[in-house]
Amino acid sequence: MTTSSDKKPNSFKALPDKDGHFGIYGGRYVAETLMPLILSVEKAYDEARADPAFQAELDEYLKHYIGRPSPLYHAKRLSEHLRGAKIYFKRDELNHTGAHKINNTMGQILLARRMGKERIIAETGAGQHGVATATVCALFGMQCVVYMGETDIARQAPNVFRMKLLGAEVVPVTSGSGTLKDAMNEALRDWVSNVDDTYYIIGTVAGPHPYPAMVRNFQKIIGEEVRQQMMDAEGRLPDSLVACIGGGSNAIGLFYDFLDDEDVTIYAIEAAGKGIDTGEHAASLSAGGPGVLHGNRTYLLQDEDGQITEAHSISAGLDYPGIGSEHSWLHDSGRVNYVPITDDEALEAFQLCTRLEGIIPALEPSHALAHVSKIAPTLPNDHLLVMNMCGRGDKDVFTVAEALGVSL
Amino acid sequence: MSRREGRLKARFENLAAEGRAGLVTFITAGDPNRDISSAIIKDLPDAGADIIELGMPFTDPMADGPAIQASSLRALEAGQNMNVTLEMVRSFRENDDDTPIVLMGYYNPIYIYGVDRFTEDAANAGVDGLIIVDVPPEEDAELRDPANKAGIDFVRLTTPTSDEKRLPALMGGASGFIYYVSIAGITGTKSAATTSVADAVARIRKFSDLPIAVGFGIKTPEQAAEIARVADAAVVGSAIVQVIADNAEKLGDSQDSPDLLDSVLGFVSELAQGVRTARS
Ligand SMILES: Cc1ncc(COP(=O)(O)O)c(C=O)c1O
Repeated sequence: MTTSSDKKPNSFKALPDKDGHFGIYGGRYVAETLMPLILSVEKAYDEARADPAFQAELDEYLKHYIGRPSPLYHAKRLSEHLRGAKIYFKRDELNHTGAHKINNTMGQILLARRMGKERIIAETGAGQHGVATATVCALFGMQCVVYMGETDIARQAPNVFRMKLLGAEVVPVTSGSGTLKDAMNEALRDWVSNVDDTYYIIGTVAGPHPYPAMVRNFQKIIGEEVRQQMMDAEGRLPDSLVACIGGGSNAIGLFYDFLDDEDVTIYAIEAAGKGIDTGEHAASLSAGGPGVLHGNRTYLLQDEDGQITEAHSISAGLDYPGIGSEHSWLHDSGRVNYVPITDDEALEAFQLCTRLEGIIPALEPSHALAHVSKIAPTLPNDHLLVMNMCGRGDKDVFTVAEALGVSL
Repeated sequence: MSRREGRLKARFENLAAEGRAGLVTFITAGDPNRDISSAIIKDLPDAGADIIELGMPFTDPMADGPAIQASSLRALEAGQNMNVTLEMVRSFRENDDDTPIVLMGYYNPIYIYGVDRFTEDAANAGVDGLIIVDVPPEEDAELRDPANKAGIDFVRLTTPTSDEKRLPALMGGASGFIYYVSIAGITGTKSAATTSVADAVARIRKFSDLPIAVGFGIKTPEQAAEIARVADAAVVGSAIVQVIADNAEKLGDSQDSPDLLDSVLGFVSELAQGVRTARS
């Protein structure tokens, strides 16, 4: 069978097609109850995109509320320490609420308002998307319900409290492993039950069409800024890009603008948990296979009967057995290199960055950092490497303390 | 051998001739284990089930409430998989060549089994229809075509949100019967008002001659009877599954459970009684 992912496409930026397919991936695998709603989200989004007033309003908030553009920072001491590539951090951890997630929630809440929805639901893993959603709901005075697995509630307590302070209701999800996958199931169940007044802000480039494309489009500003900032700083494009990947929104946000720049090497870092061999990991591309879950066809961690298996990562934001459908396609097409990094490697990179740069990274981008520490020494001094520092680590200090055997 | 087209059609024709609606019973295959589940299925027709819906358990049943979620996990923990589910259908067919069996579930286990292999094996085992919750018309050609080719009806779902614009397209590819999901919600939670169901059934009838079964939220013989007055069949799932759950708790290690069987079949008889006397 020939699929579009078998041939080399003219552009890596032409998808999805009108039905939301990236090659064989993507699509709209949802219950009929949700279908009309998803079609109406798509229609409203297409109209909003074509409306300059929508973009202008979003730009205002991106600039004055979120603080964009985020800086592109030359990490000198880390570069010197690793003796190789010239390393830049894209500082999306400096955004309001401390991660890239708010680029997307701001876009989607403006859309929800246009659609006249009053109630917002979201799923969250690390709590960053939950916080970003609760924040924009507070800003616009909308009701906010966040589904969060009970395992994640325990390991991301600071974010749970932040969401509550912001006025959100945090609903603990006890099914499955009590992590992101289960939170997403519950959010979908809520949406099926409240189709009339509720808008679902999905936090990553997963779910049914139009979410993967829409969330990507709200995040692609990261890479667009990097292009401009790198031209200003170095007068040329970067040589390589590195980002961590849970569902894949910060990664595609950084990569998208560069997909057709063939000389830019791209690395996306999956969570290898305790190691791919142990089975306790969240590396759906490195160790999973295509399947259908949460509205799209994509790579999943699953057993030979098509039952979804549990993911593991020290980082709650990467602890998901699937991945955005566009990444599955980019993986098969060979454009992006997907690389696993373990919990231990990420913890080490977390400490290195904190000590050398005075930046406490979230555990998610610590995975990207770990890959940077591996490849930078092998690269020449004029190699320009950009890593997406997509979140700050305040939320993770308890988890890290525990992993390092320190009791707070 | 057990492959025979038209069991669903024949059953609905007989029901129409009898002037009554049918009772469709849902249980999850392998809940609480294979043996008990097989025993339940075997006796469902005698208890009054006109059509058997068999859930193919899945780890992440997005459209299901707590009762069916738990039943899926019980079945999976007891080792249920697609081969065993099809094997159960095959043994059922050894004694019953008339009662239609419809498999219900989510796409991934079928996709991983292999769509063509699955539709062939299911048809050969004696499966008559498929209801796949997370494959809407926009995506269903990849499964509907192979199913139809193998002689399996592809039952389409309509919901309170399927408006008149969508209905004609929905009916287009449907076969077997139309399943009207009577609430916007997950299984085992809210119940719809009978008048709203009657209106929806009338709306669907404008676009299709297929029989209409109504499900979601039917929990008691009285509710089943009310639906039986306005639709061609009433589907009961979570309420039956809950009876299994209540008894499975007491099961312990014993594989054999007359109490569980009696309770489930007793409840199904009451539902059947409701459905059968609804229009008299
Ligand atoms: C800081 C941070 N980075 C990355 C992720 C993973 O999501 P994605 O792959 O969509 O960027 C999360 C998710 O919670 C996060 O909080």
